[in-house]
Amino acid sequence: LGIKDPQIWLAYLLCVLSTLFCIIYGMVNWNKG
Amino acid sequence: MDNIFILTLILAGYLFVIGYLGYCGYRKTKTTLDYLVAGRSIHPYIMALSYGATFISTSAIVGFGGTAAFFGMGLLWLTFLNIFVGIAIAFIVFGKRTRHIGHNLDAHTFPELLSKRFQSPFIQGFGGLIIFLLMPLYSAAVLIGAARFLEATFTIDYNMALLIYTLIICAYVLAGGLKGVMYTDAFQGSIMLIGMTLLLIFSYTKLGGVTVAHQALTQLSAQVPEKLASLGHTGWTSMPKLGSNFWWTLVSTIVMGVGIGVLAQPQLAVRFMTVKSSKELNRAVLIGGIFILMMTGVAFTVGALSNVYFFNHPEFGKISLLAAGGNIDKIIPIYVNSAMPVWFVYIFMLTLLAAAMSTTSSHFHTMGTSVGRDLFDRYILKGKKGSYSVPITRVGIVVGVLITVLLGYKLPGSIIAIATAIFFGLCASVFLPAFIGALFFKGMTKTAAISSMLVGFLGTAFWLFFIHQKESAALGLCQFIFNKPTLVGYPWVVVDQIFVILPLSALTAIIVSLFTKKLPREHINDCFKHVK
Repeated sequence: LGIKDPQIWLAYLLCVLSTLFCIIYGMVNWNKG
Repeated sequence: MDNIFILTLILAGYLFVIGYLGYCGYRKTKTTLDYLVAGRSIHPYIMALSYGATFISTSAIVGFGGTAAFFGMGLLWLTFLNIFVGIAIAFIVFGKRTRHIGHNLDAHTFPELLSKRFQSPFIQGFGGLIIFLLMPLYSAAVLIGAARFLEATFTIDYNMALLIYTLIICAYVLAGGLKGVMYTDAFQGSIMLIGMTLLLIFSYTKLGGVTVAHQALTQLSAQVPEKLASLGHTGWTSMPKLGSNFWWTLVSTIVMGVGIGVLAQPQLAVRFMTVKSSKELNRAVLIGGIFILMMTGVAFTVGALSNVYFFNHPEFGKISLLAAGGNIDKIIPIYVNSAMPVWFVYIFMLTLLAAAMSTTSSHFHTMGTSVGRDLFDRYILKGKKGSYSVPITRVGIVVGVLITVLLGYKLPGSIIAIATAIFFGLCASVFLPAFIGALFFKGMTKTAAISSMLVGFLGTAFWLFFIHQKESAALGLCQFIFNKPTLVGYPWVVVDQIFVILPLSALTAIIVSLFTKKLPREHINDCFKHVK
């Protein structure tokens, strides 16, 4: 996607993964608490 | 600006909706029963956006967006920390315990929570004083971000823009108080979500698509000014050179300072105590994660990509920093006004107004309660209920606003991200070890909490006045006493205090806890009742 630096790619990947974690955690625990 | 009249109409409509939502919130909290029912049935979308809209301000969009235009896409590491630390860890790990212990101790403010947990009135007064005196630095950064966009959009004087914005927000905070803040925050958060989504789509479309835009930005690395390259700048799609001046500033001040500092923000931590159940915290994680990705992720990506737009535009023909005359804070306002259709400029204007209002209203309220609740109630009324604390809180809000506006006029250019990072870093070093101890370590002592807060505060002050060159040179005390701008050499002059003072503050808390008197067991049991 036009970006060569693996450190920037890792940042992109972690942003997506942490957002996915938030989505999955929220869905799994939607009615818990 | 083609049509000021249309923009004024949109602005009036926006303010009308804010007023109406504030009124709705007021109507729904008339009785305790209403308050409890509304609390249980409140939609998690409102809860999450209220937190997110308070967290994300014009500082993030204008200040840090401009910083991304300067440093490049390395700022996406901050987006990762904003989501993982600022949402996931803050809500799941810190939020639930803060809520339980806050309720157990009947705490209404962040300093009050720490004070009651460690049975120390000093902590409440000291914490309240720090918030009241230093939060205006962060609030001023938010106001400057809003005023810079107003200046570029209406082509009016910056000082006038700052005054107009402050008057609008001040009227809203003083008239509305806390009533309906969650509804207005959610409305403002929704506008921010729409505005930033459109900004991302338009920016990539304007630059020919995702891959083409990134390739063009990568190829711009040859345009990095020689002075910046000598400091470690390697281009806008790569990290600065490891260990260079730029690398330390990006990693220690911008990424770590703000990324970790969010955990000890008083105006955010107090929101966990007003949530009615931990179920809402679970639900808010989902919406909060998406919201923060769309706010900071978009602002930092578009900020970096603005270099391609400015360089290819015949009117500018240079990188963002030079196109904005060297002022980082002007990059996003100039980019949006120049690159986007007029109707989107209106939308973005509302996006920034919403971002500024939702954050600043919480700041002003937190400053007010630090005077009314943490200082006046604690030290003058000695904890007794009185009728003077609310007027004192209002006086605190007005004085806080005045300090903020004064800073808004006096602070230099390119200051938004730096001022925000200083406040976040300070909160981390002063409050975070005591906050973690309060929530997770029953053995942490009163003396340890006070010691770590004092080490955090004095250490940060020493670092800013005598070590970190950017601030020590500007403040001038080191030059006055020692006849040189800083006491140390490279790399310490560019290492942020959070890398040194926060570990020192945490170490102080641990060591002092080992050698000082523990808190009574009954008190600890009261604090941790219902805490799993």
